[in-house]
Amino acid sequence: METLDLLMLGFGIALEPLNLALVFFGCALGLFIGAMPGLGSVNGVAILLPMTFLVPPTGAIIFLAAIYYGAMYGGAISSIMLGIPGASTAVATTFDGRPLALAGKADQALITAAGASFIGGTVSVVLFTLFAPPLAEVALAFGSAEEFALMMLAFATFIGLGGDDIPKTLFSICIGLVLSAVGLDIISGEPRLIFGGLPGFFHGINFLVLAIGIYGIGEMLWTIESSSDGVKVSQASFGVGRIVLHLKGLKNTLKTTLMGSLLGYFVGILPAAGATPGSIMAYGMAKTMSKDPDSFGKGNIEGVAAPESANNAASTGSMLPMLTLGIPGSPTTAILLGGMVIWGLEPGPMLFVEHQDFVWALIASLYVANLAAMLINLAFIPAFIAILRTPFTILAPIIFVLCLVGGYAPTQSLHDIWLMLIFGVVGYLMRKLDYPLAPAVLAIVLGPLAETSMRQALIMSDGSLMIFFERPISGTIMGIAIVLFVLPAAKIYRSSIARKNN
Amino acid sequence: MRRAELVMALALGVLSAYLMVKSAELPIGWIPREGPGGGAFPFWLSAGMLVCCVFIVLRWVLRQSPVSRSAELYFNPAARGTVMIVIIALTLMIGSIHIIGIYFAIPLFLLYYVRVIGRHNWLLSLGVSISAPVISFFFFEIALHITLPKGYSEPLFYPLYDIFL
Repeated sequence: METLDLLMLGFGIALEPLNLALVFFGCALGLFIGAMPGLGSVNGVAILLPMTFLVPPTGAIIFLAAIYYGAMYGGAISSIMLGIPGASTAVATTFDGRPLALAGKADQALITAAGASFIGGTVSVVLFTLFAPPLAEVALAFGSAEEFALMMLAFATFIGLGGDDIPKTLFSICIGLVLSAVGLDIISGEPRLIFGGLPGFFHGINFLVLAIGIYGIGEMLWTIESSSDGVKVSQASFGVGRIVLHLKGLKNTLKTTLMGSLLGYFVGILPAAGATPGSIMAYGMAKTMSKDPDSFGKGNIEGVAAPESANNAASTGSMLPMLTLGIPGSPTTAILLGGMVIWGLEPGPMLFVEHQDFVWALIASLYVANLAAMLINLAFIPAFIAILRTPFTILAPIIFVLCLVGGYAPTQSLHDIWLMLIFGVVGYLMRKLDYPLAPAVLAIVLGPLAETSMRQALIMSDGSLMIFFERPISGTIMGIAIVLFVLPAAKIYRSSIARKNN
Repeated sequence: MRRAELVMALALGVLSAYLMVKSAELPIGWIPREGPGGGAFPFWLSAGMLVCCVFIVLRWVLRQSPVSRSAELYFNPAARGTVMIVIIALTLMIGSIHIIGIYFAIPLFLLYYVRVIGRHNWLLSLGVSISAPVISFFFFEIALHITLPKGYSEPLFYPLYDIFL
């Protein structure tokens, strides 16, 4: 019961008028930043960090956590409405969110995303409250071999995502990983893959450049071509009755949502993994376990529920190693960590003893932020729906401009804008030939992590690949990954035999 | 469609080979006490890309993939012109950012797209083209302190900086 008492103490602080106002303000701000293509929770938290000097430390961290939460909800909005992932964590949401919006079910997709995010957030905050210290120790057992195994698992789930053409899916993964290797080699520090000696390649290729190129410019070109016969973006109607209807419909996706929440939470806890692989794995898992896997990617509502519950759960989960061990689980928590250090709140095991009131106020504020973000999100859905009513010939150029400024903002280099255009055009040409491009975007996000962990593990084992199979945790994860790699191939083989017999 | 599939697979195969050569500029073998060389990761993945291309061509020969059986045209003839115009307009817009800056390139692009391609009336076209850069300016430069590229138009913004920053 001690936990409950402490939580109540936390609520006492989190519900103070100033802190409550900060939660609502932070969530609203985060929602808008997350909904902008190109800007995600990392940008939001980083940009607004200095503004928190105006309030006391606890309020400041609560504010930043609320932005983080709001941005997690907001990422889904541009994924669904524009088909451009607002942040890497929302990449998987585009797969089914976009088809749903095109079919006139944007309201259902948005409400499901909000509902699933709420459930994911709540499940993980409850788990966080109950099991914080013991889970932190599990995360410590994760070395580079385990990290690499986890990456392999994430890649294995991509194969399931890519559709039937396995060589094209594998090609897409490989090219994403190669593009992630551009820039300075992380271990030796030597420059590599500097095409034409252009200085712009030294900072590597930001995943946003590829993501916005493919999902922004490529997608728009695709839509322009397919809408030339007069096909228009379908419109969605909206009303209070439909909100209630869709909220009731949430229970149909409850199983997927809960699974996504648990998976997201555990992946989120692991250092360096974070919300992106969590949401992708949840999507893959939902597809694999579904009775109707073929409907995924064509507008299955479970394809929205799974990644959205997982990315919110993971964002809470990734705060756990940050608070208990001082190891950030994601780039955003790394910045939060920086913010805490500025305020003299040194994260680590002692934090729970020395700054008990702060820790519990933060945990309690996560409950509040979760509720606030959902309410604000639901309130703004009509405005988001209105975007879809805009004629395509006005919406398209505005989206191009958004892509441009959104792609420029993170690195502030025009070189990246040119790359974005090239990726967009090439991606559009490849997409016409059924090359799945999502795996490439996911691979460029996970690439640096996968490479570092693989090389570190190989250095530890002096070149023996057995390190990935000998250690119990990494061995188990590798085993699951290999099964997932083989499964789709076996499925295609079986169906091709069945076709021959017919 | 069938020809496009082969051309794309061959082009990507050449790209893979080029990436292999480029990666090999760094050591790709095992370096004692340092682990795999810096070029190893991209080198073997590019090799993987090449193998995938071989399989794609193989499936093309066997007519296994749906696109290699398709008799449709690669470009929908009705849309080819519009797509090309949009790509050219985008290229010109990005190119002109270097010279006239983003706050002049954006309205020109929007005006062209909404008025000429979209055939909307002047009022709407001008409204969209003028409000977009104004909103961008306040959101990026004032609220987020992110400077967007202005090319030679930079001096025109000095008075605005004085007022808002």
